[in-house]
Amino acid sequence: MRLNDDEQAMRDGRDGDAVALAMDLLVRYGEALGAERLVDTNNVCGTVSATTPFMRDYAVQKGGMDAVFSEFNLDSDRVVEIPPAKVYTTHLQLGFDPRQGERMGIADEVIRFYQKGEAYTAGHGIQLANTCTPYQVGNVPTRGEHCAWMESSAVIYCNSVLGGRTNTEGRESTGAAMLTGKIPDWGYHLDENRFGSHLVELDMEVESTFEWGLLGYHIGEIVQERVPVLVGRGGRFAKVPNLQRLKHFGAAASSSGGVEMYHLVGVTPEAMTVEQAFGRNRPVQTIRYGLAERQLAWEKLNSTATDHQVDYVMLGCPHYNIEQIWEACKLLEGRKVHTNTALWIFTPRAIKALADQNGYTKIIEDAGAVLMSDSCSAMSRAMPPGTKVAALDSAKHAHYLPAIMGVQAWFGTTADCIDAACTGRWNGRLA
Amino acid sequence: MTSTTVLRGRKVVGGVAEGEALVTRDRVSGWGGIDPRTGTIIETRHELRGVSFAGKVLVFPGAKGSSGWSNQFHLTRLLGTAPAAMLFNDMTTKIALGAVVTRAPAMTDFDQDPLGLIETGDWVKVDADRGVVEITKRGNR
Repeated sequence: MRLNDDEQAMRDGRDGDAVALAMDLLVRYGEALGAERLVDTNNVCGTVSATTPFMRDYAVQKGGMDAVFSEFNLDSDRVVEIPPAKVYTTHLQLGFDPRQGERMGIADEVIRFYQKGEAYTAGHGIQLANTCTPYQVGNVPTRGEHCAWMESSAVIYCNSVLGGRTNTEGRESTGAAMLTGKIPDWGYHLDENRFGSHLVELDMEVESTFEWGLLGYHIGEIVQERVPVLVGRGGRFAKVPNLQRLKHFGAAASSSGGVEMYHLVGVTPEAMTVEQAFGRNRPVQTIRYGLAERQLAWEKLNSTATDHQVDYVMLGCPHYNIEQIWEACKLLEGRKVHTNTALWIFTPRAIKALADQNGYTKIIEDAGAVLMSDSCSAMSRAMPPGTKVAALDSAKHAHYLPAIMGVQAWFGTTADCIDAACTGRWNGRLA
Repeated sequence: MTSTTVLRGRKVVGGVAEGEALVTRDRVSGWGGIDPRTGTIIETRHELRGVSFAGKVLVFPGAKGSSGWSNQFHLTRLLGTAPAAMLFNDMTTKIALGAVVTRAPAMTDFDQDPLGLIETGDWVKVDADRGVVEITKRGNR
């Protein structure tokens, strides 16, 4: 890797130990990738939190939050003092909602430790958005903006829908990026890697969020980490998908596979035409998507579930936006969550504030459900006690929750999930 | 009679290690795909579900899934459940960073497909600094 004078000075310690360690990690990481240089970034999304008992114990034993940052954000054996973030940095989701510790079964001491950590985070100039969807709360990269983002569902949204440029970074690389404003110039930062690899021709209209989740799950499994180019039925998307639909599509495709970028011809910014989407590439495969493929995706997503009695319904993976909370409220208003079932809905804190203001939180609470923030069940490993069967409207969560928590998971529409919450039974099916 | 096959590739993380091979044609997911406490693969439909890679030479196509990949493999190093070495085909940021922080020898860009040459149970010596992998078939050990 070639470093410029400024980067070399950082590596040599001009800006202190932490920045030197950050630059050392970026060089090791860049060389592992085969990158030739670093690129400047002023938009980092990462995590510095210590919200598991393991991390809290680590912090207590090794020297506080600087020790956590040194090990888990800089890959350093040595504990160093961490300076404030050099560039604009947004914090991602956490291991729990600190205002719902009791409900999530989080020990008081872990919550208290988090609150100390929150002051550390804010004190280091890191924005406490606490969400997997920074683009829903104001961090919206412009086309061509070089970013260093974690969170696979946010990365795919940034690259594909917004035309920002980021690879799927990790906790350590975003830690190094926030102190240096640098990230390896590799992968999706470079024009030639943003072109399509697979052509996907839709034989059906895909309209609802549920349908976009099924489509994403199917395609991700086939293309894995490559770049699919989707063409709507008859050559165009008659119904242009909105934020929540593409959020779900991307989250699904980056769970069944490792998709970090896709193109929707006529919709996303680097794909006004099929030719533009593929650039110099020729499609390595043409994939068709119709009723049979849709059925297959649905069966895979429901493969862990057999029992129709539902203990727990979770909505908000990725975090719900205000449109989805509004939709859920319309389905929930005037009904009650069944006594044997719990309904938790997750959203960013900033959107929770809007839901409070709009009266949506009250509708949710009057129904016996809970609007939570900052986390989700897969991140927190928190579910209502005794949960064996969950119902989810997120393909991503249906993929991960059974693996992480050993529960059965039903995947269906938001309406199916709210019905399950109110009746205690799963009646969803592929209509 | 012992026969050894040699594979050449590019260093991702330097170092020398040897161990029994654990081979999968499925990509490996980090967060939500492994349990770092035991080094076990937990992904629901993964062919190695329930199998631990701790101390093994993990041979796989590459990484997939969440950006928590590096952090989960970082934890395997701290918890003593990391693979002895990693050999993989497809480079991504997830696996590059994950390999760097796991600090186990890692290689990619091979002259032959390791998934075709190495089988679970083979004894594999990895010299990432020299870019050489030596494979002794299970039947010859």
